[in-house]
Amino acid sequence: MSNFETVIGLEVHVELKTKTKAFCGCANEFGAPPNTHTCPICLGHPGVLPILNREAVDFAIKAALALNCEISRETKFDRKNYFYPDNPKAYQISQFDQPIGRNGFIEIEVDGKKKKIGVHRLHLEEDAGKLNHLADGSGSLVDFNRVGTPLIEIVSEADMRTPQEAYAYLDKLKAIMQYIGVSDVKMEEGSLRCDANISIRPYGQTEFGTKTELKNLNSFAFVEKGLAYEERRQEKILLSGGVVEQETRRYNDATKTTTLMRGKEGSDDYRYFPEPDIIKLKIDQDWIDRIEAEIPELPDSRQKRYIEELGLPEYDAMVLTQVKTMSDFFENSISEGADPKLVSNWLMGDVSAYLNSNYKTIDQVPMTPQGLAKLVQLIEKGTISSKIAKKIFKTLIEEGGDPEEIVQAKGLVQISDEGALHELMDPILAANKQSMIDYKNGKDRALGFLVGQVMKQSHGKANPNMVNKIILEEIEKL
Amino acid sequence: MSRINEEQVRYVANLARLSFDDDAIKKFTTQLDDIIGFAEQLNELDTEGIEPTTHVLDMHNVMRDDVVEPSLPREEALKNAPVQEDGQVKVPLIMEAD
Repeated sequence: MSNFETVIGLEVHVELKTKTKAFCGCANEFGAPPNTHTCPICLGHPGVLPILNREAVDFAIKAALALNCEISRETKFDRKNYFYPDNPKAYQISQFDQPIGRNGFIEIEVDGKKKKIGVHRLHLEEDAGKLNHLADGSGSLVDFNRVGTPLIEIVSEADMRTPQEAYAYLDKLKAIMQYIGVSDVKMEEGSLRCDANISIRPYGQTEFGTKTELKNLNSFAFVEKGLAYEERRQEKILLSGGVVEQETRRYNDATKTTTLMRGKEGSDDYRYFPEPDIIKLKIDQDWIDRIEAEIPELPDSRQKRYIEELGLPEYDAMVLTQVKTMSDFFENSISEGADPKLVSNWLMGDVSAYLNSNYKTIDQVPMTPQGLAKLVQLIEKGTISSKIAKKIFKTLIEEGGDPEEIVQAKGLVQISDEGALHELMDPILAANKQSMIDYKNGKDRALGFLVGQVMKQSHGKANPNMVNKIILEEIEKL
Repeated sequence: MSRINEEQVRYVANLARLSFDDDAIKKFTTQLDDIIGFAEQLNELDTEGIEPTTHVLDMHNVMRDDVVEPSLPREEALKNAPVQEDGQVKVPLIMEAD
């Protein structure tokens, strides 16, 4: 094991899904044709008057409350000055010394161990435009649609000790943002972005080591891999008697390494000052109470309820609550009276397998919670076998509809009637008398063979439990 | 006593992406020093226990509803951009390089 302890802090930007930008009425929409959502305000023309979007503030307060933060009763905005072509004003409206939220935490679980990760601060700011670097190196193209859209920046405490903890923190943060509905939190669309600070220190040392900042972490997996690489890189430097430089590094997934982006000398001097165009905010208890009342049950609480009230295994409860739409689907299914564990098995098994291989989410398939509930109940009642259920499921998830009608339409009702089963089975048993004798003589496998023959002949429609029973009765008669 | 030195002026000029010759730097150093000196008169006041003023208007919570308003037509928005390509502003290649 290593002699060094790793210290990780994360800075996460979450794009808020308001209808309009933070300070103007331009639509906040991903994927629109370039430069079709701009106006003099977000383009930073002189003499314009930005006005704060109330919904953006509500969302920021909601996020801060969901992350257990204290809410600043009085807050303001500041200008962060820098030159970059994605930012036409040459400053970003942000919050410097009075963030909306402070001193929160997120509870994570890694290898069965629970841990609280502190949230240092949460503030509201505006996003920059998007730069598209031309492959021929002739320049970069700037799309200003995104400029001025509201973001919250969430800065964790340096409380994480492993890349796995960083992953778990992001996962939980994403789930919470999704539950409270303030963001799409899609890393692939940039609505959730993450930078990581990492340092190492000998065990027992209280001061932090020199940290490096990692950028270009475009997926949760990259965060974990980038941090793991950086951990080893810093350790190698220290073990060979070297010194870790404070610098910003870029993660490159092709090589699974980090490379130097800029050193400390390029460190920024943003010359923050109070934003004169935006009047200060006073957030009173009524406002906080109103937002608090809008916060739905969060994943931790749902997880606990699934275990304690529905009797689900911890693992099921964890998997089902990771994504809100999945958890909602589960709840709607069981409210139809279907058995929670059976519904959970379907969702974690066949449903997830289908969604993953088709790059879909549960809300993008025609199957309804009622549909899945009915399917589960048809199996429970013995109307269909689990083998037939798989066939019904395929139709159900691809086309939707009522499983009972699918069963009727396809003539897949399970044969449980003893007379009908005898009619089907007697010739099969007669033709396989030797197997029946073999079973009687202690060859257990022979039974499975016989059941298999019947299931095959009945195209899966025979009720396997009944088939089993009848075969054993017939063997007894020998 | 001088409050501002030439080094600081060069630093600030660089942050603002401005470049000046030595004469201009000298001139600005004196001028900025005078400006700071002028502002320093405020230090005569006792501000103990007084909250910093961030806005002179005694107002708060001025906000707008989250309602979409028309944006500029693209041609209008890009009118001042000297180089354009595919409906976007073209700028020299900017990459925080490896």
